[in-house]
Formats: sequence, structure tokens, C-alpha cells
Amino acid sequence: MITKSLHARHNELAETNNQLKILNGGIFEAGELPYFKDKIALTGHFPLTPKKLEIFQVNVGYMCNQVCEHCHVDAGPDRKEIMTRETMQYCLEVIRNTGAHTLDLTGGAPEMNPDFRWFVEEAAKAGIQDFIVRSNLTIMRANKKYHDLPRFFKKHNIHIVSSMPHYTRGKTDKQRGSGVFDASIKALQELNAVGYGLPESDLRLDLVYNPSGAFLPGDQVAMEKDFKKALQEDFNIKFHHLFAITNLPIARFLDYLIASENYEDYMYALVEAYNPTAVENVMCTNTISVSWDGWLYDCDFNQMLDLKVASRIKHIKDYNEDILNDRNIIISQHCYGCTAGAGSSCQGTVA
Amino acid sequence: MTKSYYDPADLRKFGNITEWSEELGTKFFDYYGKVFEEGALSAREKSLIALAVAHVVKCPYCIDAYTKDGLQKGITKEEMMEAVHAGAAIESGATLVHGVQMMNKYNKLSM
Repeated sequence: MITKSLHARHNELAETNNQLKILNGGIFEAGELPYFKDKIALTGHFPLTPKKLEIFQVNVGYMCNQVCEHCHVDAGPDRKEIMTRETMQYCLEVIRNTGAHTLDLTGGAPEMNPDFRWFVEEAAKAGIQDFIVRSNLTIMRANKKYHDLPRFFKKHNIHIVSSMPHYTRGKTDKQRGSGVFDASIKALQELNAVGYGLPESDLRLDLVYNPSGAFLPGDQVAMEKDFKKALQEDFNIKFHHLFAITNLPIARFLDYLIASENYEDYMYALVEAYNPTAVENVMCTNTISVSWDGWLYDCDFNQMLDLKVASRIKHIKDYNEDILNDRNIIISQHCYGCTAGAGSSCQGTVA
Repeated sequence: MTKSYYDPADLRKFGNITEWSEELGTKFFDYYGKVFEEGALSAREKSLIALAVAHVVKCPYCIDAYTKDGLQKGITKEEMMEAVHAGAAIESGATLVHGVQMMNKYNKLSM
């Protein structure tokens, strides 16, 4: 079980250039597998360009109370990158004027940002249609000061999207750390208790499943059925939908793939499962991702690889949606993760 | 030529069998795909059956493929191992039930 981020361990993959070297070299450089660019060109999808902006995703910091083995953010308690109130002010200005219908707050554990509640309160006033907070669940049990989060979320009608890798303790704890399963179950029960996730409730509670290893997620609908049955029978927990998300080969998951000698097989599996229909709806075509320090990216994964948008507008303080939408999306071989099988996005499958 | 009869990378080339017999290969893969769709049995149940049979026919490719398939479908390791035991029990049962034939023959030949 790992306890520190790649950064704190001074792992060479903490340097994003080294990750990109791996993703651009090896089996791709040798021609064994096609570059993503060439693959999407075959179906007329290159260059990939944005459609209408729908989701404004803000990463408020990389600090987290967990150190999950697969984390693409390389988040953890030792990460100190936290969005300041000043950058949040720039974000609020955009939120008030954006054409996007969804505001999506992520991290790290977004709740650990000291200005998180202030930011939520201010952003809620903007009256955005769907206001998502991506919560790891355990944060609600991590410290007394977080115990009232379910009521806080309810007050602002926040849509909760929570990670839950499996409905069994063993698989969950192996991926996310010892004790995570029990704390997550307790947090879900508390969310249910205030009305989240109940069949007729407007308080949306969705779960995110991502595989605990070097394999792709199964059918989202079938998995949702299994999760619902098990969580209901064992813990009387209810939720709305399950989003199945593919692990992208970056950061700690890339480190795991290489260390376990699964990297090549995993890349083969992603490329073999390439689905042109998924390319049509990849999330980078309707999302803008903002980093803790205000830089703009095509998605959260490009953010973690420090691949900033290919636009003259690169920072939130200069935000201009029209100029920004007129750009080509930056791609590399990690993008195969979003186009495999039924596709993958922060909202689950796309094909 | 590889010096080993089994190479894990060969599993990826399974589809190539169609190149030397297109009609039969295509028919086989169509059939194969259809078999594992959701039906009266769920795709999950069929994956576990496939895993058990993979062990009984001792196909390393199939074992790799259906262990991975099981993981993708959220099947637990306990379920997988029970499926392997179900296969093993039938296989050993098939051996042992022949003991009756041995007993019959023994009795027939003995005074």
C-alpha cells in the first residue's frame, strides 16, 4: 500500500515530461501500435475540436486525505497545491457568464480547500443547472469539521459524484487504502439519511466505479445493477447512477502499470477496444478544465500531464469562451483511455 | 519461430485465424460473440462458466482471457475460485464415475 504521492517520493514519473516520453515512445514509436492521432484520423476525427462548452470543471487543489494507487492526479496529504480565493474569484466571474450548464468541482479532495465552502456558496448563487462536487466520501468522516458536509451539500443542492471502486471491502481497500470501504459506507448512509440518492429525490448521488487493476471496466448498466443490489442488500444504501470510468495510463496508474509489467498489455487492450463512436463524445469536446493555479486545459488528464490548451487564452484571468472554443484539442496516447469500449468520461460511458 | 508452444502475446492474434479461412473464422467469431451476450443467462454467469471450462480444457489463453473478463465484470476472486472448483469437481467426478466401470469389470471377471 502506497502512502505518499509520486512527487513526495521523487519518482521520475512526477515529472510530466517523463510520462509523455513513455506514452509517445516504446510500442508506439516502434510502430506496434498506432499513435492516437493517426487512429482518429482514419475516421476523420483529426484534429479533434471542441463542440459547445457544457462542463466547466475546476480542480481546487491536489491535496487529499487518501493516497489511491490508481490516482491520475497523484493526489495525497503531501500535495500542497491549493486554489487561492483570488483564483476562485476569477472562476466565479466565468461561472456567472459561461454558457456551460454544469459546474464540476474536483481535486484532490475538494472539501480540503480552506475556501471550499465559500466558493460553493458563491458559485451556487450563479444558479448553474447542474452543480457537481466530486467527493471521495471518506473526507466526510475524516474529521469532525467535515461531518456536516451532507447537510451543507443538501443546502446548496449539490450533485454528489462519489468514488466507489467496488461493493466489497477487500477490493475497495486494496485500491484506496485500509478502512476506506467502511468510511465510504458510513458516508453513503449519511447522504441517504439527508435524502441523497433516494429513488424520487432531486438530491443526486451518483457513484464512480473504476477498475482496481490493469483491466477495463465492464458494462456500465450491468455493473450498476450489481452495485445497487449489493449495496442495498448489505447496507441498505441507495444511489442513482453508476459511472464506469476507465483508468488512464498516467501518473500513479502509469507507475503501477509499469511496475507490474502490465503497461504494454494495457495499451494493447485500450487500442483494441478503440471505438470511433466514443470519439464523437469524448469529454474534452464539451469541457474546460481549470487547475488550482488557474491554467486552462482540455480535460483533467491533460491538466495532470501539464498539456495546456492550444489557444492564446491559457489562463482563467484572460478567459474568453469564444476564442477558447476555437482551438484544437491536445491529444496523446493516454487519450485511448477515453475511447475504449463504451468510452469513458467524468460522467461515465459516452458511446 | 518461438521456442515455446504458448506465448501470451498470441492471444491478441486469435482473430488472425480468419485470414486462412474467412468464412469459417467469421462464422465462429459471430457465434462466439453471440454466445456471451446477455440472454437467459447473464453475461456474468456465462463468464464464470467459461472460466471453469477454461480450466477443465486447460487452455492458458482462455484462463488469461476469462480471469480478465471476470475482473471487468466485477466478479470477485472467491466467485472465480468456486467456479474453478465446480469445473474441477466435474472433471474429477468424471474420472471417479469410471470407477463403476472398473468395479463392474472386476466383478464380472472375478469368481
